[in-house]
Amino acid sequence: MIDLLRLCAFNAAYAQAIDNDELERWPSFFAERCLYRITNVENEREGLPAGIVYADSRAMLEDRIAALREANIYERQRYRHLLGIPVVASADAGGAVATTPFLVARIMATGETMVFASGEYRDRFVLAGDQLLLAERVAVCDSTVTDTLLALPL
Amino acid sequence: MSEQVIQWHGAGLTRVPYAVYTDAAMARVEQERVFRGATWNYLCLDVDLPEGGSYRTTAVGETPVIVVKDDDGEIYAFENRCAHRGALLALEKSGTVKDFQCVYHAWSYNRQGDLVGVAFEKGVKGQGGMPASFCKEEHGPRKLRVAVFCGLVFGSFSEDVPPIEEYLGEEICARIERVLHKPVQVIGRFTQALPNNWKLYVENVRDSYHASLLHLFFTTFELNRLSQKGGVIVDESGGHHVSFSMIDPAAADASYKEQGLRSDHDRYRLKDPTVLAGFTEYDDGITLQILSVFPGFVLQQIQNCLAVRQVLPTGQDRTELNWTYLGYADDTPEQRGMRLKQLNLVGPAGFISMEDGAVGGFVQRGIAGAQELEAIVEMGGDGTESSEGRATETSVRGFWKAYRAHMGIDGGTA
Ligand code: FES
Ligand SMILES: [Fe+2]
Repeated sequence: MIDLLRLCAFNAAYAQAIDNDELERWPSFFAERCLYRITNVENEREGLPAGIVYADSRAMLEDRIAALREANIYERQRYRHLLGIPVVASADAGGAVATTPFLVARIMATGETMVFASGEYRDRFVLAGDQLLLAERVAVCDSTVTDTLLALPL
Repeated sequence: MSEQVIQWHGAGLTRVPYAVYTDAAMARVEQERVFRGATWNYLCLDVDLPEGGSYRTTAVGETPVIVVKDDDGEIYAFENRCAHRGALLALEKSGTVKDFQCVYHAWSYNRQGDLVGVAFEKGVKGQGGMPASFCKEEHGPRKLRVAVFCGLVFGSFSEDVPPIEEYLGEEICARIERVLHKPVQVIGRFTQALPNNWKLYVENVRDSYHASLLHLFFTTFELNRLSQKGGVIVDESGGHHVSFSMIDPAAADASYKEQGLRSDHDRYRLKDPTVLAGFTEYDDGITLQILSVFPGFVLQQIQNCLAVRQVLPTGQDRTELNWTYLGYADDTPEQRGMRLKQLNLVGPAGFISMEDGAVGGFVQRGIAGAQELEAIVEMGGDGTESSEGRATETSVRGFWKAYRAHMGIDGGTA
């Protein structure tokens, strides 16, 4: 059975993987066929489907991390995720639908910390055997503006 | 430019004083001569204004502007500024209106930007009111000339700017028509706040020299490392450019086969190459076309990933980059799906574009304290002519040619 505590623990581990720079672990929170998308409230309101990031497989998420490690050039930075308590729309033995608010601070190489993004995850979880996985995570940012660039995932 | 002390050294257009990215006096003159001068500025798409009363708020340089369609089907544009005390007239990004009413003292304007109502114009119970000599027709926000080309709505504050087709020139028109040859649909909008002067971004767009040096995504993943056919077109004014290239699918196939034998390179290959699995939609073989229009407009086709970008200064060292992602109205679901995936290449998190969001800031920070020094823009010579090779800064020099013409800067000092 999926309960609130289990979703909270999942989200905490998810955020920790990103914030601790264990980005290689990030795709493992997703099912093999999945949707991960970052967008904003205005696009959602108007039903515009494009994302800042748009991935429909775990392999695409792995490619994104490989690109960040091997190819992309950006200043050293890290995140601190603060995640709220999920609002669970439905949960049963096979899966759950929930939304969770997030606040992400970005810490730059220069030492500066700023609020980089706020918003909510709109999630669909599945149970694969004993493992809880994201079948879908749409990160809907409150602001339509992204400062400079978004390298690390939300 | 009375107290302008910026020194332009060197031969022709090959030296750019760093002060042009930081100088406040320069920025004021720029607003007047470039953005409110004899230029056409991108405002929005005509599909953004589907019916009479549809409007969008945007800006020309730093000047806030309303673009609105009236019931006559015409598009009008005027300053988003009340004639009374200067308050914004429209506060939302878009919407539908009968007319515009200022929230401050309720003066009202029709969709063509005419002042049509002054609250308590005749006073209240015989007291107060505007003088009899006050004539509404003589007051109103400044209006822009509007031109629509291939679904792109441009506006100009200038009476002197030539018609849009003439401004763009034949080659640029043809290259816009090539992409915008049928109705488009907006599929997403995102804004990137850039930590640098707007000119650093528009130079970057025109800089074909940096592409394969800064953006290592294609080369790292062995996707596109073969020498490509292509070129750079710079228009007569210098201000507009097109950079284009084609991928040779036959050569790519050979390269992939060869790569298949080298398993030690596996970790540098995409595990899910569908991000780049596009489809052929232009019969000229061109897989990449980046086009810019002076001062701040970009039209992009990167494989099947279509977008317009609007570059707006929001301060000496801040720029707003507005991305509008496009599909065609007649896309099949599969085609639309491919565009959504390819958009991973561009925008704030784009495998290619994220770096363009950062380099301008590196320059802006790098030139602090070096206002008397200058950049070297000499790659590929000192001219602004079109070129087949792309290891050139010809279109960057072109930008400065147009910029200096508008700003009234000749050689030497200004
Ligand atoms: S400022 Fe608009 S009515 Fe007074
Ligand atoms: Fe670039």
